Amino acid sequence: MDESNTGSVTGSVTEAITMRVTRWRPDKNTPPGTQDYDVPMRKEWTVLDGLNHIKDELDQTLAFRWSCRMGICGSCGMNVNGEPRLTCATFLDDYAPGPVRVEPLANFPIARDLVVDLTDFMEKLPRVKPWIIRDDDAVLGADSEIDGEYLQTPEELDAYKQFSMCINCMLCYAACPVYGLDPDFIGPAAIALAERYDLDSRDQGARERLDVLIEHEGVWGCTFVGECTRVCPKHVDPAGAIQRYKLKAAQENVKAFLLPRGRR
Amino acid sequence: MSDLTWRRPISTWWWLRKRTYFVFVMRELSSLFVGWFVVFLLLLVRAVGRGDAAYHDFLDWADSPVVIAVNVVGFAFILLHTVTWFGVTPQAMALRVRGKPVPAPVVIAGQYVGLAVVTAFIWWLVTR
Repeated sequence: MDESNTGSVTGSVTEAITMRVTRWRPDKNTPPGTQDYDVPMRKEWTVLDGLNHIKDELDQTLAFRWSCRMGICGSCGMNVNGEPRLTCATFLDDYAPGPVRVEPLANFPIARDLVVDLTDFMEKLPRVKPWIIRDDDAVLGADSEIDGEYLQTPEELDAYKQFSMCINCMLCYAACPVYGLDPDFIGPAAIALAERYDLDSRDQGARERLDVLIEHEGVWGCTFVGECTRVCPKHVDPAGAIQRYKLKAAQENVKAFLLPRGRR
Repeated sequence: MSDLTWRRPISTWWWLRKRTYFVFVMRELSSLFVGWFVVFLLLLVRAVGRGDAAYHDFLDWADSPVVIAVNVVGFAFILLHTVTWFGVTPQAMALRVRGKPVPAPVVIAGQYVGLAVVTAFIWWLVTR
């Protein structure tokens, strides 16, 4: 890579597609640039396969995150031609004849090349308490070992299953203009996870989560653009979760206004 | 961390970048026209309350090209407002009847039926 962060590296292939990849290094005080790489276009190759080809054959200095290659780990999210996508589930030949733009996920600071800094989300996620909260410790034995299970019917499982499919890939944050414009917004995936535990029959923490999400940076920051749901590779529907939360928050407000303290 | 990361600024024109963003911003804008029709209706009611002359003054004003133009544009936005909000309602309301989730198309259709009933009632009220 040269000083201006632009350039071109060509592999010796017959049928190829150009990948226009964002490059940025933290040790250079220059804005991100792009670099073109010609990679073989094979029918079964994903954008991630193209990036791995670049890394293995053309340019070892390219940095990007990936792990499972099968849409489970949620590490390989990037903006492909401007759309947040899992690169392991996005095929190169859908972008023929190219060039296909590969950029780091939008709305996050770039750490290097295609790697983004997720510190903000890691700080926000625990605020919605995405774990099972119980009032009682009934299933804990005297030695604090779990000696029982919370049973659940298939219907009770279905109530939250959709929201439990989240793989924290951050595509919804990259798609959300509210998060882009107001980074204090707690964001789609965190709220969908709060809903996942609220809807869980074993959980009793809805009240605690509502206290966090009822704030302006919580559900009310959302203006229902709906793009989070459209880009979600796991069909979690964060937009739906947020609107249902708003409904719940509004009902709580009305109850607080109308009912005597004891009945709330 | 901040000195070792690069923050990309958001363009003022982000909402022109994608069709879905554009429709969203237009849907937000449509609220202004909803407000306008409320004001228009209140002006009409006030004119009716003030008697015949005021009512005819209102009709003359409402007949002017500018007001007609605003109302035509406004009506287009009201249609957009109605269609888009009806479309996203099933996402916000997870309705269940006898324990079974109501399919999204049924929720949307229900709203159009409601709109038709209210429209028919007002039509009957005004034209009887």
